[in-house]
Amino acid sequence: MSSGATTTGVTRAEYCVVACAEAWRHAGEVLASPMGTVPAIGARLAKLTFAPDLLLTDGEALLIGDVPALGARAQVVEGWLPYRQHLALVATGRRHVMMGAGQIDRHGNQNISCIGDWARPARQLLGVRGAPVNTLNNPTSYWVPKHSPRVFVEQVDMVCGVGYDRAAEAGPSATRFHHVPEVISNLGVFDFATPDHSMRLRSRHPGVTVEQILEATGFALAVPDDVPCTREPTAEELRLVREVIDPNGARDREVPA
Amino acid sequence: MSDKTMTAEHVVGRLRTGMTLGIGGWGSRRKPMALVRALLRSDITDLTVVSYGGPDVGLLAAAGRIRRLVAPFATLDSIPLEPHFTAARQRGAFDLVELDEAMFMWGLTAAAQRLPFLPVRAGLGSDVMKVNAHLRTVTSPYEDAEELVAAPALRLDAALVHLNRADPQGNAQYLGPDPYFDDLFCQAAAASYVSCERIVDTADLLKEAGPQTLLVKRAFVNGVVQTPNGAHFTSCVPDHDRDESFQQAYARAARDPQAWQRFTERFLSGDEEAYQAAVKAFHEEQQA
Repeated sequence: MSSGATTTGVTRAEYCVVACAEAWRHAGEVLASPMGTVPAIGARLAKLTFAPDLLLTDGEALLIGDVPALGARAQVVEGWLPYRQHLALVATGRRHVMMGAGQIDRHGNQNISCIGDWARPARQLLGVRGAPVNTLNNPTSYWVPKHSPRVFVEQVDMVCGVGYDRAAEAGPSATRFHHVPEVISNLGVFDFATPDHSMRLRSRHPGVTVEQILEATGFALAVPDDVPCTREPTAEELRLVREVIDPNGARDREVPA
Repeated sequence: MSDKTMTAEHVVGRLRTGMTLGIGGWGSRRKPMALVRALLRSDITDLTVVSYGGPDVGLLAAAGRIRRLVAPFATLDSIPLEPHFTAARQRGAFDLVELDEAMFMWGLTAAAQRLPFLPVRAGLGSDVMKVNAHLRTVTSPYEDAEELVAAPALRLDAALVHLNRADPQGNAQYLGPDPYFDDLFCQAAAASYVSCERIVDTADLLKEAGPQTLLVKRAFVNGVVQTPNGAHFTSCVPDHDRDESFQQAYARAARDPQAWQRFTERFLSGDEEAYQAAVKAFHEEQQA
């Protein structure tokens, strides 16, 4: 088996896939927009199991009616979603996106634009892309494949995705539809279910300790007394991930065992 | 009806230093690369470029032609970071107006509708408002009294777009899955130039696809250029896919000044015909 796992041993990447899938469990009939390999597998797993009403795209302009393997072409097209419609759909709110993050802080502010001083960055990244429109209009979760203090920072260098403190400062138009449900990393699952909406450890992936997570996080993380483990995938979920959605093990390249 | 066919050189002859230039496509998809290459052969500079950025931005930045860039990103899609764009930003080579993707779309729409702005939620609370001191908010006059961002109109002096087909009058057609925003770019511009894979008779426009593919109307087009493989190395499906191996060679060269000089000498020192011939030779070498 290409996934590097035994038939029973669940890999870290597979816990991450299941954690990402869970983000869409109660999303309903909305567009799932996963960015990154593990979120893409997670969205497809959710659609094939507990969230069958999700809409998925081919990564370009088509809404697909079937759930092909990663990298394979869909056989069924159920709709058309070119970029201009995609950007307009965001404002309707009927979407849950999972973006990446070059940096993320304890209130959920995210940066994919640049590292250092914006006027002359030490390292230019993508640019803000659609992070501002996403975060103010539809649920926006994040996926971080390599959890480190360089990503989980006290303050991001450029606020692209808006966090809870910045949305509150900006007023009711900013908070009206703002929601950052989850942050998922290779180490655990995080949310903002604290009185001041600061980041909280919700679960750790099996094999990861709370100490490891604290060391890899550059700010004071809220940690409950009892931190559960991320749930085990079911046998059927493992089969779907390993045999149907990601038979070539792309997940292991994003999250090494 | 007027025949608007011209060469890429004629198009560039109508552009001026200091202009605000909109470039169609998206990232590394259906960019008017032959027109950009013609621009590189001219001495036009000091441009304000308005683009969902890809290698169009990269090439113009590498040649030092951009004074100000208005963009939500620059990417090569299959290669996330545009290396000339990142290098130019890191050396402070141009001013940046960094907008959200949707804010950019509504800014183009406002310009096309001859409105000063359109209200958007995007931007509130983000540093887009901080790094663009010119951005303002607007308050709803209705009971909700919501305060929203007034996305300013992105008016253009000229637009360059590339489509699959066009007739000599400037009716232009896309045949791939996504129109991107090329009609908006043309409507937002004082003058627009369409390059295409093939110029066809008006009567033949609907032979390949239905009327909804007729994206750009001739009233918004000032010049039509036939440039086969003219979006190369970006994608222009169904006529041609992105040239991934060439894009990789471009990105590798862009990361090293000496390699970039060699790349420029080999591919960007002659006319469009020489470029296409050099690309062909590149692929023959790859296969050997």
